[in-house]
Amino acid sequence: MRYGTTRSACAAVIRRDLLLTWRRRGDALNPALFAIIVVVMFPLALGPEPNQLANISAGIVFVAVLLAGLLALDTLFRGDHEDGTLEQIVLSPHPLSMLLASKILVHWLSTALPLIVVSPLLAEMLHLPRQVMPVLMISLILATLLLSLLGAVCVALTIGMRRSGMLLALLVLPLYVPVLIFAAGACNAAQLGLPFLAPLLWLGAALALALVLAPLACAAALRISIT
Amino acid sequence: MNELFSMGGYGSYVWSSYAIFAVALLIDYLAPKLRNRQVIADLRGRMKRQQRRQEKSA
Amino acid sequence: MNTLTLWFHKFGSPPTFFRVTALLSPWLFGAAFLIGLAGIYWGLFVAPADYQQSDAYRIIFIHVPCAWMGLFAYIFMAVNAFIALVWRIKISEILAMTSAPVGAFFTAVTLATGSIWGKPMWGTWWTWDARLTSELVLLFLFLGVIGLYNAIEDRRQAARAAAFLALVGIVNVPIVHFSVSWWNTLHQGSTVRLLGPSRIDSSMLWPLLLLALATHIWFFASVFARSRVSLLELEGGKEWARDIALATEHGHE
Repeated sequence: MRYGTTRSACAAVIRRDLLLTWRRRGDALNPALFAIIVVVMFPLALGPEPNQLANISAGIVFVAVLLAGLLALDTLFRGDHEDGTLEQIVLSPHPLSMLLASKILVHWLSTALPLIVVSPLLAEMLHLPRQVMPVLMISLILATLLLSLLGAVCVALTIGMRRSGMLLALLVLPLYVPVLIFAAGACNAAQLGLPFLAPLLWLGAALALALVLAPLACAAALRISIT
Repeated sequence: MNELFSMGGYGSYVWSSYAIFAVALLIDYLAPKLRNRQVIADLRGRMKRQQRRQEKSA
Repeated sequence: MNTLTLWFHKFGSPPTFFRVTALLSPWLFGAAFLIGLAGIYWGLFVAPADYQQSDAYRIIFIHVPCAWMGLFAYIFMAVNAFIALVWRIKISEILAMTSAPVGAFFTAVTLATGSIWGKPMWGTWWTWDARLTSELVLLFLFLGVIGLYNAIEDRRQAARAAAFLALVGIVNVPIVHFSVSWWNTLHQGSTVRLLGPSRIDSSMLWPLLLLALATHIWFFASVFARSRVSLLELEGGKEWARDIALATEHGHE
């Protein structure tokens, strides 16, 4: 029996996942909606003072995006695990890490990209200074990619559980701490007029490392969870 | 004696930290013991049930 | 087979491990208790008061050994997790999983005593100092391992998944520490020095070392005691476990 190339297998996974996302395109809006709701809560709780909000706006945007991403993580393997597709993927002769990397990419496109698109709106609601906006966008792209990659490893470990919400948060948040610190740190530095390139470069370095290692770790974790 | 417990005014801080340490170790010591009792009781129950089933089928 | 590998294989077999630790455990607990008492006595009553912090510094004698223990427990857990994942040795799985709650205990005590110490010295219960924050993240990592281990039904699969998490976490610990100290300098918080400028005197060093030794011995005693229970539970269907259950008096050892 002959199998197609790994590239074609990855392409098939990407095509299938994109199609599934497209058929349920309403769901893709949920994380963005959630992030907007979280951001709205802050002025209500802290008061509408623009200066005060501007000081902490970058941090709020990041926390909102992080929480929205955390809620969306669960859907990464959920459907595929329930209908048995995931087991077929694990059994396929192609390198599991590549297939999982494709899945993670599509998941990022369908959950994190809408968040990035609405983030200027969020920043504007919180009076973030205009000149910080480009830094916010770049660090959001880097950070959400890292969050998706790291989160995928933890989701793979909790796959068989019925109610994994709180546990997933407990597993994932310690891993997110450095990402949050550097991403929000870059924005805060830009806001204060300090050099912000170093934290962005650190994030980039971490992303390069995670791009290689996270799919491998995710594959190993999945093999442990699916026996 | 009183001076000893006041620890130069920091008595409440010093003694409460040592108390937390002692309580944590005590719980750490007792937890496996209690669990052991439970596990052995479970095991005995399981063995007893198995024996009864065998007698019935014999 | 040379004697060392033979010993390793013997110690790795559940019944032998059970028997050896049954002999060791009470002695270890006893030794840890006595050494710990000596250290506490020395630290509380013999060691002189610090010229800067007066008597409040005496918290160091439990705070620092517990902090060392938290880290040591994590490294011990990660090493055993690695062995468990690579060679699938059952004892290593159990040792890794039982060191998690003990490590969590020590880390929690470190945080609690640290903030109690911080109140009189810094004037606040909590400060977002690099070390405090990393210690908090360490506690979350321990809790994550424990949570994952308890959430999965199949015990061995649970141990392997949690062991994997422990390995991911150990990569994370230095990164967290580095990132938090970078973040801290950016925010330019109050520069708190945990151990003032005073060099530690030998009269203060000895109780510290005694308590460090005591907590290390305690760690192994507790891990062994917990491992024996887990082993009995895991191997409940086997002959040797049944013999032990029958041999113990009703509910007592």
